[in-house]
Amino acid sequence: MDFMVFQYPMITVQACLDGLLLGILFALIAYGMALQWGVMNIINIAQGDLVILGGYIAYFMYLYGIHPAWGVIVSPIIMYFIGVGIYKLVINKVVDRDLFISILATFGISILFMQLMNFAFGADVVLANSGYGTTMLFDNNVTLPNSKIFSAVISIVFAIGLVIYMKKSKLGRAIRATAQNSRAAKILGVDTEKVYAATFGINAALCGVAGALISITFTIHPYMGLPYTIRSFMIVIVAGLGNLPGVAMSGMGLGVFEEFADYILGTEFRIGAVFLLLVLILVYRRFKLSRKREYLK
Amino acid sequence: MSKNILLYSAIVIFGLVAPFVFPAFKVQLSILCVLIVLATTWNIQGGEMGYNTFGNILFYGLGMYLCASVQVGMFFPLAEWTESGGEKTFVHTPAQFFQGMAVGLVVAAVVPTIVAGLIGYAILGLRGHYFAICTLGLGVAAGEISGGIEIIGAGQGFTTPPFPEVGGLEARGEFFYFLSFGALILTFVAVRAIYSTRFRLILNAIRDNEDKAEAMGIETMKYKIIGWMVSAFFCGLAGGIMGGLVGYIDSTDVAFDGREMGVFMVLMAILGGKGTLWGPVIGATVFHIFKEGFWTFFLGWQYVALGVLIVVIVIYFPEGIMGWLREKYPEKFGEVIDEKDRKAQVELK
Repeated sequence: MDFMVFQYPMITVQACLDGLLLGILFALIAYGMALQWGVMNIINIAQGDLVILGGYIAYFMYLYGIHPAWGVIVSPIIMYFIGVGIYKLVINKVVDRDLFISILATFGISILFMQLMNFAFGADVVLANSGYGTTMLFDNNVTLPNSKIFSAVISIVFAIGLVIYMKKSKLGRAIRATAQNSRAAKILGVDTEKVYAATFGINAALCGVAGALISITFTIHPYMGLPYTIRSFMIVIVAGLGNLPGVAMSGMGLGVFEEFADYILGTEFRIGAVFLLLVLILVYRRFKLSRKREYLK
Repeated sequence: MSKNILLYSAIVIFGLVAPFVFPAFKVQLSILCVLIVLATTWNIQGGEMGYNTFGNILFYGLGMYLCASVQVGMFFPLAEWTESGGEKTFVHTPAQFFQGMAVGLVVAAVVPTIVAGLIGYAILGLRGHYFAICTLGLGVAAGEISGGIEIIGAGQGFTTPPFPEVGGLEARGEFFYFLSFGALILTFVAVRAIYSTRFRLILNAIRDNEDKAEAMGIETMKYKIIGWMVSAFFCGLAGGIMGGLVGYIDSTDVAFDGREMGVFMVLMAILGGKGTLWGPVIGATVFHIFKEGFWTFFLGWQYVALGVLIVVIVIYFPEGIMGWLREKYPEKFGEVIDEKDRKAQVELK
């Protein structure tokens, strides 16, 4: 336990800033999860592995001398097709089934991806160096890598772009209609199969963007996927489906929580703290709901 | 009934002579016993109660750490033991080893049961996928946290006490084989006894419609917690035995190994057939044979195979072996089918 964080205000500022910028990235991943959960009623355990895969695409561009920031454009395009491929192979067979079946099937995909990435890219922790430098704030007491600011800006741009796309475009309208009532949408001539495939593809593309940004700002490793899945799941259940400002807020809240957990408990307990927070949130939610049920009785 | 007695005695006799007939497979057979125990206990939640948990690995890992800690801590300072990292600064005498193992196994079974009872009220109130994800989080959190605790070895792992010098390697294998076989018999008999009572019907009622079961006057929460405690008891026991068998405990790779054991138990129960007594036993046996074959011949690709296997089983074979048999030979399961009905169905096809 280390409470130095409260004695030096600059460390608090540092943790808050880091957490907020990190949280925006989490929110972007969570947005993809909320999208597929709302439209297809699927919880994708492989979400985090898609993120890591997207990160490796940017990392490879960096290895071959292309600036990794271009990964933000390339990675979602490749990931879209991978997402559609996963949908065609596996997800379309579990869409109307029990939720647990989809959880288990995507868990299998997650293990598969983890190991394939381990073979293809090796088990080293890697990062793509963007060379953006750092900004110093408050008399050089707070360091802020420019890549983090870059990633937050790009995330916000993509999120806003997607919201507008969902509102205005034909496909976006079809996706929203399917989310509301898939049978009615089918009767009215929406090809729900195509909509599902597109939704999963868009989700994978979002993961690709987030992954590329993570490979620039943080590090990636083949086995680091599951925490991202759990984080996005947590953000979605705190915010609720279809509540975009809520997703952004709870994403940033989670980011700040993690940074403080990192300072206070130590880095080795960081992931553990995230998973424990998930359990606590679910238990809290369960007691709140059961009180509501008793009230209704 | 007489046929069943014949079957059971055949299995018990096979189990008793197996380590002497196939001495090379002793360790594999012990692991098989542990796997069957885990699949059977998972089936109490996932199959009978309809609560698909990824979190039974929590009790397994807890039992593993507890058994080893008690076994060491009874005679030597635990912190120094883990500090030395398995070097033989302290040596258990045979009497100390067996005494420690006995006490350790009791603790390994009882403490997870208490833990399950304590957290059961909070966790089992969750439904469906919230429960599944919550238990997944619980298992991973336990692994991450135990990986940061110094006294049980933190990241470098925990070496369990080596088997004392009585009879060498053969005796070690036989000891752990009979321990795990005993655990298997105990589990099977206990679960079979439980399934023949009203308790199983209550669990099935919870699975089929929990709200309705509650409306019929069943205290569902009480029975869910009891079911979970039964699972935790045998999971902890299996974990304690497995810890001694493997000889080395690592927080995320051996004890709270959600990626291997945690998924295996779900997969084995589903492969054999959820909600049946024999399903998990058959599923675990088939899975273990497949796994060992694959793990041996395609080393390195095992997780790829595991991922593909999960997807294939879940998508194409969700009813499992028992479900398939039941569809094929309904008479054997005591289901009476009208001949006319069957003919009509054939004509429809």
